[in-house]
Amino acid sequence: MSKLFRAFLRHPSGRIGLAIISLYLIAALLGTLGLTPRDPLKLFAIDRLKPPSANYWFGTDLLGRDTFSRLMVGIKQSMIIAFSSVALATLFGTIIGLLAAWWGTLWDGILMRIMDVLLAFPAILLALLIIAIVGPGTATSVVAIAIVYTPIFARVVRGPALSLKQRDFVDAARTFGSSQPYILSRHLLLNLVAPLAVQVTLALAWALLTEAGLSFLGLGTQPPTPSLGLMLAESKNLMTQAPWLMIFPALTIMLGILGFNLTGDALRDILDPRTQRREA
Amino acid sequence: MTPLLSVRDLRVGFGRNPAANEVVKGVSFDLAPGETLAIVGESGSGKSVTALSVNRLVDFGGGRITNGSILLQRSDGSTLDVAKADEKVLRTIRGRDVGMIFQEPMTSLNPVHTVGAQIEEAFRLNRGLHGADAERAALEVLERVRIPDAKSRLAYYPHQLSGGMRQRVMIAMALASSPRLLIADEPTTALDVTVQAQIMALLAELRAETGMSMIFITHDIGLVAGIADRIMVMQHGLAVEQNTTDAVLDNPQHDYTKHLLNAVPHFTSGKAVRADGERAATSEPIIKVDDLVVRFPVKKGLFKPKGAIHAVDGVSFDLMPGETLAIVGESGSGKSTTARAILGLVEKHRGAIAAKAGRSRRPIQMVFQDPFASLNPRLNVEALMAEPAIANGQKLDDALRDRMRFLLDRVGLPADVLNRYPHQFSGGQRQRLCIARVLMLNPDVVVLDEAVSALDVSVQARVLDLLVDLQREFSLAYLFISHDMAVVERIAHRIAVMYAGQIVEIGEARSVLADPQHSYTRRLISAVPAVERRRQHFAVDATQVPSLVRPAGYEPPPANWREAGRDHRVRIEETK
Repeated sequence: MSKLFRAFLRHPSGRIGLAIISLYLIAALLGTLGLTPRDPLKLFAIDRLKPPSANYWFGTDLLGRDTFSRLMVGIKQSMIIAFSSVALATLFGTIIGLLAAWWGTLWDGILMRIMDVLLAFPAILLALLIIAIVGPGTATSVVAIAIVYTPIFARVVRGPALSLKQRDFVDAARTFGSSQPYILSRHLLLNLVAPLAVQVTLALAWALLTEAGLSFLGLGTQPPTPSLGLMLAESKNLMTQAPWLMIFPALTIMLGILGFNLTGDALRDILDPRTQRREA
Repeated sequence: MTPLLSVRDLRVGFGRNPAANEVVKGVSFDLAPGETLAIVGESGSGKSVTALSVNRLVDFGGGRITNGSILLQRSDGSTLDVAKADEKVLRTIRGRDVGMIFQEPMTSLNPVHTVGAQIEEAFRLNRGLHGADAERAALEVLERVRIPDAKSRLAYYPHQLSGGMRQRVMIAMALASSPRLLIADEPTTALDVTVQAQIMALLAELRAETGMSMIFITHDIGLVAGIADRIMVMQHGLAVEQNTTDAVLDNPQHDYTKHLLNAVPHFTSGKAVRADGERAATSEPIIKVDDLVVRFPVKKGLFKPKGAIHAVDGVSFDLMPGETLAIVGESGSGKSTTARAILGLVEKHRGAIAAKAGRSRRPIQMVFQDPFASLNPRLNVEALMAEPAIANGQKLDDALRDRMRFLLDRVGLPADVLNRYPHQFSGGQRQRLCIARVLMLNPDVVVLDEAVSALDVSVQARVLDLLVDLQREFSLAYLFISHDMAVVERIAHRIAVMYAGQIVEIGEARSVLADPQHSYTRRLISAVPAVERRRQHFAVDATQVPSLVRPAGYEPPPANWREAGRDHRVRIEETK
């Protein structure tokens, strides 16, 4: 584990990505514990639409709420949704991909065609459809984003699982009479950890973006709870008077996505045995 | 006579600092016109790098010539130092003065062009022939490499040809420019023994016809006896010995040459078979296979009738406890499929496989060919060794660890390896680990599917000795699958010869090897390369294995057998 961490510190983009994610996680943690500079929900009516200053670092909004504090809580909200939806997508995608590869033929056809249908819809459209049926809210956006990204994990797992299934060590396990769960977990899943880890980090970036999009449309987190997408939506009518209301949430989203993407790229380089050999 | 090629103190290095990472450390040799030099050594000895330096292909693999000279006499009589020539000049040498054939005929041909087009390209580039001229030349050269029905083969794609045919096409392409020097880099390693014999015979004949020189690279010192004039033995980037073929083979000076010659399995036509393991008439077979048939369906499109590959067709044999039955045959003969059917890894179409209840729940275990693919790279030795036991309801406890240590020690691995991972072992060690692993369940039968084929010769000999010891100690029966007659001779009590999915000859090892009856068995045995069989010329023989794809509903005619001695049965061949 410490070896992996040191490899990250050696990797130029991994270093930056890791720093950004750590920063976001700290902000989210402080936001959860209520350790924001000001109460994100409290209205400071006399300080409406103040530009950034020493007092209000990122300025205030139309109702006089502190943008910096609201951003911290918004990051927390985004992180919770991104992490839990990706966790769900990884779980279901891995199971579907593994079983499709393992059972093969008919099941492979059925499961992967369903995944193809899901994949054919643009992510935000599919999420819209699900939310339109179930109704908006934090839990719904988690489920919606999870469903959108499940097919990607199913595909990432199925390909290598199909080739692993043909390997001699799986045949050897069969001759010992090893149980199917044992073969699936020990021989297939263990060898899939590297591609999965890369995919998880990249999916976190997309999930962050999708969540912001849904909130922007008013379908994700509901007010008054602050969220990055919602803050963007509220700022769009005040773009000329109070540009800081748009700039800071937008930058926060962008930087978050960049952080996860850089980490994913670094992870791919580090876990790729071919690049390791070049270093050695 | 001035030598065609004169290499002096050649040093080749790799990487950013070639002088520090030397692979070839000062090699010198001369090659006279029409002479054949064999470079012999184990993997990593620098033999390929030395040969690739002669046409500077080594540059494309990241190598740098750091020192020495390679003087090549060109066809116009001038002499060129290849080591210092620039790329533009080198391009005129490659293909014209120096031809090359590679180990893998599957990967060195372009799959999207017909072989005709590829040979014509060689003529266009090297001789400037175009259109009908090039086509005529291509046909001519294909006939010269004895491809039957050459005219129609010109339109074939590489995947439609067998490995031996593809290697002939490669040779044809190398001949397109009538090179004065042909470099053959392990040209027969990927091929079956009988095909190997055909290619060797072809190379020998072509050399006599054209008078070209040859550099022949191989790891098999037995193979060079028939073709080489001189032998250079390489180890760790140094030429440890070079002399005429007779001198090297009969009177080796260097320890490493002696070691190589001792490690080569000598095939002695049944004189070296094991003396133990007389078959008792009373004992009951541990496995009895009766009329085993395995077919793989072939889909030919939506409306066309389905056929099937008859991989195994009506195979019957039995295996007594403590006995080794070797199944020999070429790739595609169905020997591995037979083994896999016995273990239930492929479904049988018909037939019975009866195994007597053994000492454990799973009396039949298998060791695979490739020790790198048959161990999960992400599990350590303890988890790998524990798997068979856990699969059969045991717990990972101290008693089980004691058994692991006992078995690891028995196969010659140190007992402290339990926490190591497969990539930390050599090929031979991994195969020992696989053997220890199958013994965890205390099986009665071990199926060894080409279990020593992927190992270097010296390692191979030691693993074979270990297998014989283990057989006595644990009273195991072996089903030993191999294409290598010399290896089979050392370990088998009985031999079954498989050809095109059927057993054509089965019986006691000495009897089958010393007095082969079936024409295929004879061909297989005469193809075994041996140090003893020097200057013995093979007739070029282009017999092909028949296609095993049969139309739906096809059943082979019933087999007729005749007795050729005590415990020696031969399938009667159809007279044409």
